[in-house]
Amino acid sequence: MMRASHRQPGFVAALLHRLAGIALAIFLPLHFWALSGALSGADFLDKFLKITDTPLVKFAEGGIVVALALHMALGLRVLAIEFLPVRERTRIAISLCLAAGFAVGLMFLLNVV
Amino acid sequence: MTAILFIAQRASAAVLAFAVTVHLATILYAIRGGLTAGEVLARTRENHWFFAFYVLFVLMVSVHAPIGLRNVIREWTPWQGRSLDVVLALFALLLLATGFRAAAAMYLPPDVVVG
Repeated sequence: MMRASHRQPGFVAALLHRLAGIALAIFLPLHFWALSGALSGADFLDKFLKITDTPLVKFAEGGIVVALALHMALGLRVLAIEFLPVRERTRIAISLCLAAGFAVGLMFLLNVV
Repeated sequence: MTAILFIAQRASAAVLAFAVTVHLATILYAIRGGLTAGEVLARTRENHWFFAFYVLFVLMVSVHAPIGLRNVIREWTPWQGRSLDVVLALFALLLLATGFRAAAAMYLPPDVVVG
């Protein structure tokens, strides 16, 4: 059952921040491994780019870009709450974080699709 | 979370806020027009400023991500204690090793990395 506190915007922000962070932690080693392929030369990287040039992978990449931008925006919110003498307007702050995250993701997808 | 982990988490987050902004801007710039791997590597290889930037990025990620995962796992699962810390320390080492290798592969001349 969903508790009333789970519908609070601060809870939703913390949940999204964590889920995006988990996605990035899973993605990072794979990302580093793929980039290391450059040691085998441009041909290897080009083959890798060709194999991953599918709509599903592009969409997943867009999701990771959204996760990165969203995790950063929500993280800046946490730093501001903890270290700056500001009284946060939670709903507005979270809306701005979501807008920033999805805007960056959209810019990415518009360039790769 | 202990005080030192809290400080490490927040300090690395502050550096990463800057680094991620640069990284996202670089991604959005680099993918315009669909570059080939050869064109990308021609631009990145031997760019020592970017190599230094990504070494710093990898260092900060290797601090930030395991501490964040530790908080999540300790709050959402029953897993606590020394075994969790050991696994996450190994995860930090994995990020360091693969991250440095990736930065070297992209930004250093191949003969320097391979030997």
